[in-house]
Amino acid sequence: MKQSRWQQRTYRHPYLFALILLFVAFTVNLLLQPNLIEPTALNRNMRVFLPLILVAIGQAIVMIGGGIDISVGSIVSVVNALLATQIGLSGDPATAVLIMGVALLVGMGAGALNGLFIAYLRLQPIITTFATSFIYAGLALFILPNPGGGVPPQFTALYRETVVLWLPLAFYIIAALLLAWALVRRTRYGRYLYAVGGKADAAYETGVPVRAVQFSAYVISGLMAALGGIAMTLLTGSGNAQVGDPLTLSSITAAVIGGTPLSGGAGGIAGPIIGAVILGLIRNIISFANVATWWQTFVNAAIIVLALAMPGIINLIRRRNA
Amino acid sequence: MKRLTISPPLAAVLLAIVLFLLSGFLPNGFGGNLDVAAAQAVNIVRLSVFLGIIAAGQTLVIISGNEGIDLSTGAVVTLTAILTYTIVNGRNEQVLPALLAVLIVGGMIGLINGAGVAFLNIAPLVMTLGMAGVVSGLILVITQGNVSGAVAPIMTQLIARPVFQGIPGAILIWIVFAALMWLLLERTTYGRHLFAIGTNRTTARLSGIRVTATVIGTYALSGMLAGLGGFLVVGNTGVVHIRIGDPFLFPSIAAVAVGGTLLTGGKGSYFGTMAGALVLTLITSLLTTMQMPESVRRMVLGVTLLVMISIYGRQRGFRQ
Repeated sequence: MKQSRWQQRTYRHPYLFALILLFVAFTVNLLLQPNLIEPTALNRNMRVFLPLILVAIGQAIVMIGGGIDISVGSIVSVVNALLATQIGLSGDPATAVLIMGVALLVGMGAGALNGLFIAYLRLQPIITTFATSFIYAGLALFILPNPGGGVPPQFTALYRETVVLWLPLAFYIIAALLLAWALVRRTRYGRYLYAVGGKADAAYETGVPVRAVQFSAYVISGLMAALGGIAMTLLTGSGNAQVGDPLTLSSITAAVIGGTPLSGGAGGIAGPIIGAVILGLIRNIISFANVATWWQTFVNAAIIVLALAMPGIINLIRRRNA
Repeated sequence: MKRLTISPPLAAVLLAIVLFLLSGFLPNGFGGNLDVAAAQAVNIVRLSVFLGIIAAGQTLVIISGNEGIDLSTGAVVTLTAILTYTIVNGRNEQVLPALLAVLIVGGMIGLINGAGVAFLNIAPLVMTLGMAGVVSGLILVITQGNVSGAVAPIMTQLIARPVFQGIPGAILIWIVFAALMWLLLERTTYGRHLFAIGTNRTTARLSGIRVTATVIGTYALSGMLAGLGGFLVVGNTGVVHIRIGDPFLFPSIAAVAVGGTLLTGGKGSYFGTMAGALVLTLITSLLTTMQMPESVRRMVLGVTLLVMISIYGRQRGFRQ
């Protein structure tokens, strides 16, 4: 089948559509909320977006490697339950750092379990992470049966209020991650990841350690979900064993809107970051546009479905006109 | 060397029987009393009916292949349960119009899913997740937080109560339904085409099968069956709330997987799904009788699914 020009263009610039969408969402948001780019408003937005950004980056890395991770939301919940019960509202900094370290290990462990079943036992990613998502969600509820607990206010303040040179903390974290990815991408591991996602059989035949690469992608995703869980806990300051539930869907949507194909082998981490910001801006727009409360969920979901459908619709029209 | 093989549906049925017999040894189990055992068995089957019917649509979508999955099922069940409740409003004569309405609404939602998947090339996972959000939003818009209505006496009579020789109506409905599903999958052109597109879309297209139409039809059917499920669920419980369908989403996929239907598509049966629904319902009700908290129940369900797919859901290794 001959590819349309739009298809070629989107293939060469996977972020093109996401950037257009980002521009539109940003402009509309700016019109509704003129102080959007002032440091306080910027910080208020970015600290809310950051948990999803972190989780979506992990999701995108798994997707580049040809898989999907439906357990990320539950990992966020486990981490939140862990921090809220073990640090507690009166915890000291030393305990907090220790427990956060443990939380990162738990996230990587959860990802390793996913990776073990998917890479080494050759189970399908969707159903495997679906099953483990239930295990992790149960674990989160086990640790924290009822919402409660939390982290001390001085820690949440550190996360919420840190602004360096007019730019919120989230910007520096994102910049560090982009830099790290730019380096990783150039290594042999980075090339292996794309090769495995593109065509695992061919990669295997050319000597790529396919299983190890697949395994590592899930460990990274678990780690990013744990980081997202820490950010989420510092944002809310409280514990709720179901806090991560909505992040599973959003992380996949953010990655897909950001131009990461579910078929694997393509994409990067700028896409999911842009995607997550777009999702956050849409939420902002809806609340600033005075949409009636009962309509908000519907309007939000409808816009997301439209955004997901848009590349397909454009393709369809192009092909018809060609 | 010939490996000992056992078909997944049979394995699931055996597992269900073993679990059921073991449940007799629980402190409050049936022990040696055969009458109580029979009554409990009937009750488990009755409870499985709802999951079984909701998972039927999921079975079709998963057989259709190309990573087919329907994550809007839970939301559609909730929406149609609420619609049934409101339309029927306690009147027997409104039952048929309500059934018709939920089938149409479910079918329409499925149609949109199918169109997104087939025309716009959106991955089924993403498309149906997105639709789940839209339908959940729609539920909030329609109900504005409160639902008024009632189920009709005839629904309770036919679905929840025994109708024939002590067998609840729901089970009779399931038997008829299973026969229809078998006919649909094994004896119709649609069924043949469904397995063909699940195995290989390109060869299916080349052999003259209208792939796009079949895919869209399958998602529409899945929506309709979820609608039927919503209708039956509310007929059984008699009350409705805005999360009534959520607990069915995960088990509906798990039931299909446990029943041995390949998640890559092209292979599977509705009998497997029925057996899967039995196993999952049995495990849930066992854990409830043992007074396990929600957290433990979730973990056990997750582990069960993981173990079942580890036994027969493995893909081909690279070296083979």
